[in-house]
Amino acid sequence: MKLLILRTTANFLLPLLLLFSLFLLLRGHYLPGGGFVGGIIAAIAFVLHAFAFGLRSTRKLLRVHPISFMPVGLGLAVFSALLPLLKGLPVMTGLWLDEPFPVVGLVGSALLFDVGVYLVVLGVALTIIFTISESV
Amino acid sequence: MTNNLIILPVMLQFTLAIVLLFFCKRIAAQKIISIAGSIVAVVIAVGLFRQVYEKSILTMQAGNWKAPFGITFVADTFSTTMILLASLSALAVAVFSTVSIKRARMKFGYFPSFHFLIMGLNGAFLTGDIFNLYVWFEVIIISSFVFITLGGKKVQIEGAVKYFTLNFLASMIFLTAIAVLYGLAGSLNMADLSGKIQTIKNQGVVQVIAILFLVGFGIKSAIFPLYFWLPDSYHTPQAAISSIFAGLLTKVGIYALLRVFSLVFIPDDFMKTLVVILGGLTLFSGGLGALVQTNMRKMFSYMIVCHIGYMIGGIGMFTAAALSGAVFYLIHDIIVKTNLFLAGGLIYKINGEVNMKRMGSMYEQYPALSLLVAVPLFSLIGVPPLSGFWPKINLMSESFVTGNYYLLGCIIFGSFITLFVITRFWSEVFWKKREALARKPYIRYFDQMSRSQKTFLITPIVFLSIISLYIGLGAENIFRLSNHIAAELVDTSTYIDAVLGAATTNVTP
Repeated sequence: MKLLILRTTANFLLPLLLLFSLFLLLRGHYLPGGGFVGGIIAAIAFVLHAFAFGLRSTRKLLRVHPISFMPVGLGLAVFSALLPLLKGLPVMTGLWLDEPFPVVGLVGSALLFDVGVYLVVLGVALTIIFTISESV
Repeated sequence: MTNNLIILPVMLQFTLAIVLLFFCKRIAAQKIISIAGSIVAVVIAVGLFRQVYEKSILTMQAGNWKAPFGITFVADTFSTTMILLASLSALAVAVFSTVSIKRARMKFGYFPSFHFLIMGLNGAFLTGDIFNLYVWFEVIIISSFVFITLGGKKVQIEGAVKYFTLNFLASMIFLTAIAVLYGLAGSLNMADLSGKIQTIKNQGVVQVIAILFLVGFGIKSAIFPLYFWLPDSYHTPQAAISSIFAGLLTKVGIYALLRVFSLVFIPDDFMKTLVVILGGLTLFSGGLGALVQTNMRKMFSYMIVCHIGYMIGGIGMFTAAALSGAVFYLIHDIIVKTNLFLAGGLIYKINGEVNMKRMGSMYEQYPALSLLVAVPLFSLIGVPPLSGFWPKINLMSESFVTGNYYLLGCIIFGSFITLFVITRFWSEVFWKKREALARKPYIRYFDQMSRSQKTFLITPIVFLSIISLYIGLGAENIFRLSNHIAAELVDTSTYIDAVLGAATTNVTP
């Protein structure tokens, strides 16, 4: 689509939506949000970009094939589940740092898991949508 | 006691699948990782089994949430035995698939899905939480969807549609049953439910839930009126895939039935009669189905249905001896059915044909291979002293003792049908003279393969045949094991103590 309005807004919306997705990811532990929604919003950002500028330029922007987000995300999730083993606690026990970070808040292994989910969802959604729009 | 060793079989398979995803396009690396990982999985399974069998039940509270609220993973003798069998079959199938699966299919994630499937199986065997059991079932189904459609041939899609529909239905019924159960008892932990279910006043509703569970697991394990999807879909995927389906996927339904009906719902007389009738009919109808098939793989699929009946019958009688027979049959069946479908794949590679009428001369061409394939075939019939014989004897004598003459008749009928079908198969495929068949260009025939490829095809069959022979010849050890499991299924107090007792002595962070 070669619409000027869409192209201009997409340029602004891409970073905004990505920022919003990170915001949702970070507030997700106690408030509505989390890895899944965050990942979906991030995918929407890229899909919008693809609508405005074409698939090729979005792929160039991403640099890697979206499918490679999946193993990285899954790996992070497994890592966060296995982390408590080092302390001799059962698998998937939530570990928390004592001091809260500025802006982000209290960080624990649950956040790592959520980041994993974020990447998996982003990877899956983009792979599906890119594959479909390529074959159309 | 809390022990993280339990979750290792699940986590190992998960990690393997992720590592394999990184090597998406590098087939050689995938093969090596998959086989090496499967060997490690067998070692872990043996270690876990020995620890549980010789010492005591292990539990782990995931996330350190105490027992009735968090998800508990429990490793008792039954679940560790299943894990051991699953990892042995998985190792054999992993080796077999390195040659039998086409490269294009490997590029589309055959090996990662394979390890996700085994992860789901291990999780289902280990969990002590009924909702978590449902989740593992979903993991299994989703990976099997990948398998059943991988390749995308028309006949595969047709099989897949039937497979999807029935399995979704089963999951839905299973989930509904869990929801109603939770509404009544307010707990999802199976050990906790076991105590709470007796205090419910309205036992009629409990019966209804039990029937829902029976239907849900029944569809998955293909018992009598609900088995039609199985012969229609299991013959379409590749041999390596259908062998893991045949060996483990229907058996996880049996495992879940045994678990739920021994721990949560103790069957009353009505339930026992119902299950015995279903078991008998499964034997009968599966046997009749196998009788009319000329397609080798369809015939094997009907054999799966038929032999599920033995285990269902054993569950229906619900005495310690009958359960021991059912568990023994389960142990024998997992190895033999996996092996049978692998052997079927080998026969297909030799003949390039699945129609028994057009095959033949195998004994003339490959006498040693034929004798090798004879081991799973005759174990399946239960020729003494091979592995199928012992549990059948046990089940027959127990149906005498409990007065289930109808089931006894069905068991004998099922055995005879198996004998007849396998003998016919043997004479058609191995002894009959074959007319020369036109070679199909798209099949890679056995005699076109290199020496190492042949080895990779035959080694897993040898491996599983040796295990089969051990189950038959070392039946005393297996009986000791199955009696131990049956005793734990009948008297669940050790299981319950291990789960709920662990709640009080938990590690504090």
